[in-house]
Amino acid sequence: MKKIKQIGLIVFLFGLMFFTSLPFFGKYNVSQSQIETLLTPQEFENIGEELVTTVSGKEFTTSKGLSQEIIAIYEAKNEELKANQLWDKVMWTLPSAFAMKIAQATNESGVTKSTWIYFLLTFGLGIIGALMYILPDLVLLGPAGIKNNGVYFNTATNRGWIGIVTFVYLAAFYIILYFYPYVMVNQISLLDPIKGWFIEGEKASQWFLYGFLYCIVMIVMGVKMLIKYRHSKYQIVRTFSVVFFQVVFAFLLVEILPVFGLPGVDLKNAWPLDYDFLFDWNVKSLLESGNFGKFAFVWGIGLSLVIIPLFTYYYGKRWYCSWVCGCGGLAETLGDPYRQLSDKKIKAWKIERWMIHLVLVFAVVMTVFTGYHTYNEMNNPGMGEKEILLGISAFDVRTWYSFLIGSIFAGVIGTGFYPIMGNRVWCRFGCPLAAYMGIVQRFKSRFRITTNGGQCISCGNCSTYCEQGIDVRAYAQKGQNIVRASCVGCGVCSSVCPRGVLKLENGPESGRINNNPIIIGKDNAPTLNL
Amino acid sequence: MKYIVIVGNGIAGITAARHIRKKSDYKITVVSAESEYFFSRTALMYVYMGHMRFEDTQPYEPYFWKKNRIELIHDCVTTIDFDAKTLKLEQQSDLHYDDLILAVGSKPNKFGWPGQDLKGVQGLYSKQDLEAMEANSKGVTQAVIVGGGLIGVEMAEMLLSRDIPVKFLVREDRFWGGILPRADADLIERQMAQHHGLDLFKETELEAIQGDDNGRVKSITTKSGETIPCQFVGLTVGVTPNVDFLRGTTLEIDRGILVNPDLSTSIPNVFAIGDCAQFKRSNGMRRSIEQVWYTGRMMGETVAETICGNPTNYSPGHWFNSAKFFDVEYQTYGWVWNELKEDEEEFIWRHPQKEILMHFVFDKDTLTFKGINNFGIRLRHEVFDNWLNQSATIDEVMTNLRTANFDPEFFSTYEKEIVAAYNQQFNKHIQLASKKWWRRILA
Repeated sequence: MKKIKQIGLIVFLFGLMFFTSLPFFGKYNVSQSQIETLLTPQEFENIGEELVTTVSGKEFTTSKGLSQEIIAIYEAKNEELKANQLWDKVMWTLPSAFAMKIAQATNESGVTKSTWIYFLLTFGLGIIGALMYILPDLVLLGPAGIKNNGVYFNTATNRGWIGIVTFVYLAAFYIILYFYPYVMVNQISLLDPIKGWFIEGEKASQWFLYGFLYCIVMIVMGVKMLIKYRHSKYQIVRTFSVVFFQVVFAFLLVEILPVFGLPGVDLKNAWPLDYDFLFDWNVKSLLESGNFGKFAFVWGIGLSLVIIPLFTYYYGKRWYCSWVCGCGGLAETLGDPYRQLSDKKIKAWKIERWMIHLVLVFAVVMTVFTGYHTYNEMNNPGMGEKEILLGISAFDVRTWYSFLIGSIFAGVIGTGFYPIMGNRVWCRFGCPLAAYMGIVQRFKSRFRITTNGGQCISCGNCSTYCEQGIDVRAYAQKGQNIVRASCVGCGVCSSVCPRGVLKLENGPESGRINNNPIIIGKDNAPTLNL
Repeated sequence: MKYIVIVGNGIAGITAARHIRKKSDYKITVVSAESEYFFSRTALMYVYMGHMRFEDTQPYEPYFWKKNRIELIHDCVTTIDFDAKTLKLEQQSDLHYDDLILAVGSKPNKFGWPGQDLKGVQGLYSKQDLEAMEANSKGVTQAVIVGGGLIGVEMAEMLLSRDIPVKFLVREDRFWGGILPRADADLIERQMAQHHGLDLFKETELEAIQGDDNGRVKSITTKSGETIPCQFVGLTVGVTPNVDFLRGTTLEIDRGILVNPDLSTSIPNVFAIGDCAQFKRSNGMRRSIEQVWYTGRMMGETVAETICGNPTNYSPGHWFNSAKFFDVEYQTYGWVWNELKEDEEEFIWRHPQKEILMHFVFDKDTLTFKGINNFGIRLRHEVFDNWLNQSATIDEVMTNLRTANFDPEFFSTYEKEIVAAYNQQFNKHIQLASKKWWRRILA
């Protein structure tokens, strides 16, 4: 069994190595005719000739090399046009997207020919290896139960060198995905046949790669989660739920809806986590897509303003954060081995409260700006400078939000820092939706974690394994209910408690917050609020 | 201002310090030779197993003590001059107390076995024991544990987590025989059998421990003459009050420091709490020395009342306890003895496959519920405490069993099967009530 595990690890690492090495190989020949067909008339007029003279006829071995040259030309031309105030000629496509378009179309590397073989060498080996590594735990871990043996001796999970390597890899992946996607042209091509199942002949995009990878990672690590917590039905049901919502709502439906000419919306994604909901292009695309689009628009508003607070009142924010949400889903599967790395100090709690609520304020302000702009776009056709509110451009606000919060915080930091700061960095410090639901959960909800009389022995397993950095023990040892804005209700504190002290419960609001708890033991036990 | 010195920073001493601070402005100093800060002794095993770091076992961050003006001294008390109300410390200057609380805990029992002080032979109680175990268990290919109680099974789990096979020697005919009834011990033994590398030897006692030329344990012999080669011996045959440094003073000591119902000792202004206290008169069914986390805490709460001007006797309420044996959680409320008492009747329900068992004890004549041992199901302390307070009958308990369940959501429930089995065994017709919000049944 241990052998299978070791072989699995090697197989997985081979898959990972093949996947990672793909950007370094390739063959790109851009012909003149390709430039003519790929570019829009405006683009061709601007830089068509220059591209033909500098790029075509030359062989590139990496998508990065090709793309950087294209981008240099593209940006130089744009600068020139802007300097000359030729605004109607300026090109507004993202330079990286423009380069991607050409690189994807001219990719002649082996990946585009023997795609399935490459798919097997990367995704195939990765999945098989990971499962070979994970499945033997069914036997190796012994009878069902909490098995955290060696978590703090393992350099992958104690901020040791494997953890740091993982951090660098994940952070680099997100930086490339968001800012230099053209590096991954080969990797994206791996999924062209699968994308073709949804829309024939259509090439995959970096977002398709990301969505697919996200699902695969969640399914495989979900299996690990199921084996590890197979003694707890709460964890089993919850894991099925998050994986289901990711695969069906965030991936399959988003891909399938466009097949029927409908907008590919993720119906579970709620504002303000779904921060571009009121962006002009989103509102337009929804409202112009018939009844389903209109439904999706109304649904989005209802989800955020009615369903979110209502469900949070009845079940706490866990119904979303650890049962439905994609970010939460990744944190609960891929991130589970890192949950102990969240900081439990009171200082971290202070920083958390400031930070997450500032992001919520930022999200609301950004939405007001973009909503104002979108409204003007749709209702005030004659108005000039539709995007300017209080002297600030809605485009600037949303660009900064997308960059700082949407990409850097949620992606690079949110996932990259799993092996350093625990698996809920984004959910704890940055997610505006978590902040919003947290306010509801703290002040108007039926959810709490009940402590069981006097049974706590202050061992600290609950606090150690709280991914949100809540010092659960501080409450449990006082016999005080845990009512905290940040609790995502993952239920792991209850799972790891050796004395059966903690229970996630929905119940009447009266007595939910017990600031002067009685701890059972001595007759007339006094309060223990120190 | 009164100056309170507390010797010992375990759960008893620290609870006393916190409660005195809550109720008064007295100056408080806690002296500990063991550790700089309070930590949870029961969590030491998780440090060895890699679940937590040592600092994670500390329930309060360092700032807490300064904020609450509880002075901590990490030093060893060598002697106490009760007449001069003075503590002598190994390194720092003397302390002159007004009130003294002795919360000095226990040490592992050693019964004078030959070789009991060899290298690789140890108990498990203190932080130092944990450090010793870390060193002693390096390179060990066979370990022996002597004494089948809670610490013994903890130690077995710890060693198995490092792939060290364990031979577990138990004097009784079953695991934890002094406490657990036969059916309950059977369940734990079945659980142990599922863990590879653990061999339970019942009715086996230690005769002697043999060492090699380096003074390190190489084997043990049992009373029946069997020799077991091993490089590590865990002695987990209970603990005894850590009071040797106080013997020879005027303080009355038997096995522990003798205390009155209010935890005062034979010397005015000196109190003893926790593991080291021995009640002159035993308290109901309770033992005269209670070495349990919870009782240490309750004694700390009690002594704080007395010291802060509200003389209070130790009045611990209904017995409860809990533990975890490998993957099986155990809780108990009220009294369940290892052998049924004469006026008692029992009802045992065991899951046909899983390690789940409920062991109810009640009065034969009045049907008053006396206690429960439950394994693999979590039960709500408040509800059982309330039933014990109200002398509820076993029938009431059975009727409302659903409300007493504390298992996480979605867990399988067995109340139907349990009550059906109860009805069948006692020829009753109890109707299981639906689950209520638990506070309602307390009202």
